[in-house]
Amino acid sequence: MTKEHANWSPYDNNGGTCVAIAGADYCVIAADTRMSTGYSILTRDYSKICKLADKSFMASSGFQADVKALQKVLSSRHLIYQHQHNKQMSCPAMAQLLSNTLYYKRFFPYYAFNVLGGLDSEGKGCVFTYDAVGSYERVGYSAQGSGATLITPFLDNQLKSPSPLLLPAKDAVTPLSEAEAVDLVKTCFASATERDIYTGDSVEIIILNANGVRRESEQLRKD
Amino acid sequence: MNRVKYRISWFIVVQEITSSNTVVRTFFLLNQRVNDLVDISQLKGFRFEFSLSVEIMKLDFSGLESSAPLYGGSNELLSDGFSAAPSFDLPVTSDFDGFQKNSIQMVKPAKGTTTLAFIFKEGVMVAADSRASMGGYISSQSVKKIIEINPYMLGTMAGGAADCQFWHRNLGIKCRLHELANKRRISVTGASKLLANILYSYRGMGLSVGTMIAGWDEKGPGLYYVDSEGGRLKGTKFSVGSGSPYAYGVLDSGYKYDLTVDEAAELARRAIYHATFRDGASGGVASVYHVGPNGWTKLSGDDVGELHYSYYPVEPAIVEQEMTEAVVA
Repeated sequence: MTKEHANWSPYDNNGGTCVAIAGADYCVIAADTRMSTGYSILTRDYSKICKLADKSFMASSGFQADVKALQKVLSSRHLIYQHQHNKQMSCPAMAQLLSNTLYYKRFFPYYAFNVLGGLDSEGKGCVFTYDAVGSYERVGYSAQGSGATLITPFLDNQLKSPSPLLLPAKDAVTPLSEAEAVDLVKTCFASATERDIYTGDSVEIIILNANGVRRESEQLRKD
Repeated sequence: MNRVKYRISWFIVVQEITSSNTVVRTFFLLNQRVNDLVDISQLKGFRFEFSLSVEIMKLDFSGLESSAPLYGGSNELLSDGFSAAPSFDLPVTSDFDGFQKNSIQMVKPAKGTTTLAFIFKEGVMVAADSRASMGGYISSQSVKKIIEINPYMLGTMAGGAADCQFWHRNLGIKCRLHELANKRRISVTGASKLLANILYSYRGMGLSVGTMIAGWDEKGPGLYYVDSEGGRLKGTKFSVGSGSPYAYGVLDSGYKYDLTVDEAAELARRAIYHATFRDGASGGVASVYHVGPNGWTKLSGDDVGELHYSYYPVEPAIVEQEMTEAVVA
């Protein structure tokens, strides 16, 4: 007797790509704005980036319904934290909160591939990259989503910094300036759009630094 | 009229007949097989001969040797592609798809990583690589696989990254609570038991954890292997992950109880290096930690690509004739 397979899945993949780069005193978080299902495009201007705290932004690709739910859970947890501690959550603290939130649904996961970007308590850029069930790591740059396999090798080539595991430790700060990093991100998305059908339309870029938050948008191929 | 040739699955024939129970079962299988063939052989003159003597417990299968070629051979009858079924050895099971899925899982490299730990005179040496792979894609080359549970205990990560990270963090919390409640540190035995019990309660739910808990407590150095099947083993030398066979080879050949800290660190480093060299799922940075009476210290973190050239430097090629720049007049 062959096993019966379910003909309904609770998940769907809405595609999309997210990238984040950490600098000495800035952080760039970017995501394309295309939302698709199968071979159809649902909308061309959907934002995948969510502000969780003053200095923490999360970009997520995957199943956008799960992403929406995750964003709501994290925002409300942050609100509670603010009421209880009278201050904003730091980026590393938010990173661990996100990891735990994802793991609590270990047996029915959030189908969300996240990158968290922000500034740590010293003002340095920090980027955390996650898998679907919550394992996380602080890195200098990261890409997640359908175009990640196209973008990551390019970022490795441009930004590869010595591993934080090396001993004696080598300095791991990305030497790029803010403007160069934003330009690099635009290049990444332009290339990914060429070869990934789920990436395109436009890219939303958030730049976080000591002066505050800036938002940029760049048009991409719509085919 | 089509004459089709069938090849009998040899797996029945080679089974060792040891008890009457087995003989009966084999006979039944053969019977079933023969029945199938007999139906189809209604076609024309297809005969089977085999003798079975249960008393002597010795089965004569000479009659089963069919004249059909094992491979290639005379293809003219099979060339139309549909009349003869290709002769595959099929497992005798009710759930064929499940069986296939399990067998693929069995052959897949388990827990793509290499971690090792061993006890020696000066304490415990713990080492690991830093590669995380998702199928064939390397998702990270800088994963921290040696987790610092508290200043005198380390855990290693193999299997699901999220599972290991989360449960080690949870174990760290429990160890701290134990310290606060009992006014003394938890033993390595106790900590490993806490983790093993948690993992056992989630047994069968798909967690993938293959970890070693290494520490120094009142009884001296301690090392336990704990996994998501609920296993917990005390030992002096362990290696976990897809690269572990290679690491064991190097570790076993160089291990002595009386190593100094530096010698033990070099042994651990080499073992990880050799595992990353041969195992595709291991790589990145080889980290080596030492757990002594005063807690753990990180001894080294070396990129394995660079370690290769330090162990095996490139010999400059012997050049017979060297070209020199032409002198420009």
